[in-house]
Amino acid sequence: MTERLRARIFFVAGFIFLALYFCAALNLPPWGDYRGPYGDFISRMVVYQRHATDAVNAINYDYRGFDTLGEEFILFTAVLGVMMLLRRRADTATREANKIKETRKLSISVQVVNFPVFFVTVVFGFYIGLHGQLTPGGGFQAGVILASALLLVYICENTEAFQRITSHRAVEVSEALGAASYALIGLAALCLGVPFLTNILPLGTTGDVFSGGNIALISACVGVEVTAAFLLVIYSYLEEIVTGEVPEE
Amino acid sequence: MIWFGAILLLLVAISGFAVVCTRDVTSQVIALSFYGLLMALTFFFFQAPDVALSQITVGAVALPLMVMLAISRMKFRKAHMPDSSSGEEHD
Amino acid sequence: MPHVLASLPYFVAGWLFFCGLYGLTTSRHLVHAVISLAVLQSSTYMLLLGIGYRTGGTAPVFVDISPGRLTVDPVVQALMLTDIVVEAVVVALLLAMVVKAYEKSGSVSPSDLRTLRG
Repeated sequence: MTERLRARIFFVAGFIFLALYFCAALNLPPWGDYRGPYGDFISRMVVYQRHATDAVNAINYDYRGFDTLGEEFILFTAVLGVMMLLRRRADTATREANKIKETRKLSISVQVVNFPVFFVTVVFGFYIGLHGQLTPGGGFQAGVILASALLLVYICENTEAFQRITSHRAVEVSEALGAASYALIGLAALCLGVPFLTNILPLGTTGDVFSGGNIALISACVGVEVTAAFLLVIYSYLEEIVTGEVPEE
Repeated sequence: MIWFGAILLLLVAISGFAVVCTRDVTSQVIALSFYGLLMALTFFFFQAPDVALSQITVGAVALPLMVMLAISRMKFRKAHMPDSSSGEEHD
Repeated sequence: MPHVLASLPYFVAGWLFFCGLYGLTTSRHLVHAVISLAVLQSSTYMLLLGIGYRTGGTAPVFVDISPGRLTVDPVVQALMLTDIVVEAVVVALLLAMVVKAYEKSGSVSPSDLRTLRG
């Protein structure tokens, strides 16, 4: 099939789809008129039932915890896939590639600003991760923020430190531990004779950092896993570039 | 107030189309980053701060980063493995 | 509120879906195809968000508002939240496949993929 023909078939099909979809969308409940009962129910009950003030994270890590466990393992499997595709085997013969443009000096402002910004980002990541049950945030966002903090090290062209941190065995271990401990928290509930992923920890006072029972704990596990996942993905891509070794044919 | 939301939605629609229509991959990354940021702003307007936070970190930083990493790795391979990349250039 | 404005988020969702499909079918670069797929996927966020929004509703965070207040739907937000982060890693997986295809065949054009063997 030529490219032209393909585009033509697509446009015919696509515009028919758009027309039908727009007709259907006109009959949906109008924008701003939410009717479903579940959201309202949770909004009203979450503070009394779970002592958590952020309904979205209460749903994520508690009411629909099983669903998030599934998402967690999608993340885990995707990272495994990236590593399998991009990492080379330890016994592959490598040769030194010529290093890329080492002559360019980094501007002094980047070097000066980078260091404090790194710490601010790390602190911000921990703050977002630990207050998930109170304010918008939680493990998923914290993980991405913490991983991007490590990238600042790389931007500063401190590739040696970056390589030491991200290629460390602990990153892989914490990736696996993060995924496993989520499932184990769910299994702990089974051991007490209640359904999987039931909130078994003391709920605490509403508004406290240690409130919401399981929510904070699961959020922390997710945070560890997401951070490790992003670091592993980034290192898988950058491995050849930072080590300067490419596999022999 | 509803008009502000409508304008944001239209901007998202336009920038989404712009991302798809940008054929040069490196400039597409920048367009994607802008699109993610605009999306985050829309989420914020729609009273979804959790989603907006996650979209800011992922849509504007992580997703373009992944694409940049892939591009840089392909460029690195091209520069250092002259024998395997003898095919015509598509970049 | 005018009639068309009442369905605007759904229209935008459909339009983004269409844009993503257009990018996928006419793509000449595998990375471009992956980014188009990301745009296609983001149409679901628009749809979910349009469904969950409520005029006059506040964000479902009860730090300084009473639990009885009218809020937007937290359930759809929870659905999107996890998906956004997972999407980034899935895109990384797709791009890893692109990189591998490039290293094996030396080409990034989707039309050259059919010559790819084992």
